[in-house]
This record gives sequence, C-alpha cells and structure tokens, in this order.
Amino acid sequence: MPRFIERAEVQKLAGRTRLVEVLPAREFEKNHLPGAINLPLRQLETLARHTLDPARPVVVYCWDSA
Amino acid sequence: MGFVEVMDYVDGKLDWVAAGLPTESKDAGKPTAGSIARHDSPTCELSESLGEVKKRVRATGWDSCVVINSEQVVLGTLGKKELTGDPELSIERAMRSGPSTYRPFVPIGEMAHELVDRDLPIAPVTTSDGRLVGLLKREDALRAFHEGRAHRRDDSAAMAS
Repeated sequence: MPRFIERAEVQKLAGRTRLVEVLPAREFEKNHLPGAINLPLRQLETLARHTLDPARPVVVYCWDSA
Repeated sequence: MGFVEVMDYVDGKLDWVAAGLPTESKDAGKPTAGSIARHDSPTCELSESLGEVKKRVRATGWDSCVVINSEQVVLGTLGKKELTGDPELSIERAMRSGPSTYRPFVPIGEMAHELVDRDLPIAPVTTSDGRLVGLLKREDALRAFHEGRAHRRDDSAAMAS
C-alpha cells in the first residue's frame, strides 16, 4: 500500500525519487511534473518491471484525488 | 512488485499546477494566466480604511487593489470605482467581495476572451486554495494573446514560403 504524500514532500524528494505520471500519454504530453516519466495506469504493472529501478523510491501521481 | 518504497502524491497534477509550480510539456512557454499576471499589484486587508489604501495604491501607480487575509487568501477587489468611495469606509464595506478567480494554468487566449466577455478589467489569479498568485490585467491578457497569434501567423507564412 503506497504512502500518501503532499506537494511539499514531493518537492523535498525531488531528485531522489522517480516521478511517475499514470495518466494516458495525451495528458502527459500536455504537461507533467518536471522529470516525470509516463507509465499509463493500464500498463503500469507491465511497464514498471522493465522501466523502474526497484531500489529507487517511486512517487506516482494522477490528475487529482478523485 | 518489490519496490523499496512507493508513494502516492494524492492531490496530483492539478494541485501542482494550481500552486503555480513549473511543469514540462510541448506547450511549455505558451502564455498562461499565471505567466502574464503581475506580481506587484497592491494588496490590503479588511482592517484598513479606504483612505489609507487609496493613498498607497496611487503611490504604486496602480488603479486597483486585491483584498487578502493574513494567509494571502483573496477576499475581494477594489477597482477604480470602489477606490473613489468615502475614505472613512472600511475595506470590508468598500470592496467587491467574492470576485471570480482563475488558476495559473489557464491559457491566455481563454483568459482574454473571459475578461472581454465579462467586461472585467482585472482578474485575481490564485492557487486552488484561493491564495493570491498575481493580478491579471485585461490589456496584458489581450496583448499576450495577440502577440501569440502574430507569431503563429509568421510561423505559418515562413513554412508556406
């Protein structure tokens, strides 16, 4: 179960975590957090195995909390 | 999946953008409400008198002022008309309360149309929790919008030739 964090902590962790936007590619292209990569939710589990370093903390985000 | 730690930024991209923080995109650099808003507009609090505020606003060269609380949350605005009122009036009575506010990420074209359609000379730009980011003037929005259109026309003409 992921730990919930707020904006201040995202900023504090910048550079030390992998930021992942789970929205569809079209949304990611419009704009995304600096340094984020795009792993759309439907493919997240498959892509994560091949893309992310499990030893590096990950921060996932979507559009909002809805 | 064996990751050392996974965190969820629950409030997400909307929260980040509404806070006026930078993002990356292929649209980066296109003007928005936040990028064109002025950050030097005078502000005042409810406890002040209209007379005091009017003097301060005049000294800055502005003709409007944003009313905020101690946490920078926008409560109202004072435009040209409101600033001509009785100097003894409290700000609370003089101000136009509950103004329409706009998020920093709104494209400038959309803002220009909104300000013209609603005949608004100014519009406070705020974070999602109502804190002031800056004040957008209609003339600045229109200028940025028309400059953007001119650049796009020039680019199209250059590509066609």
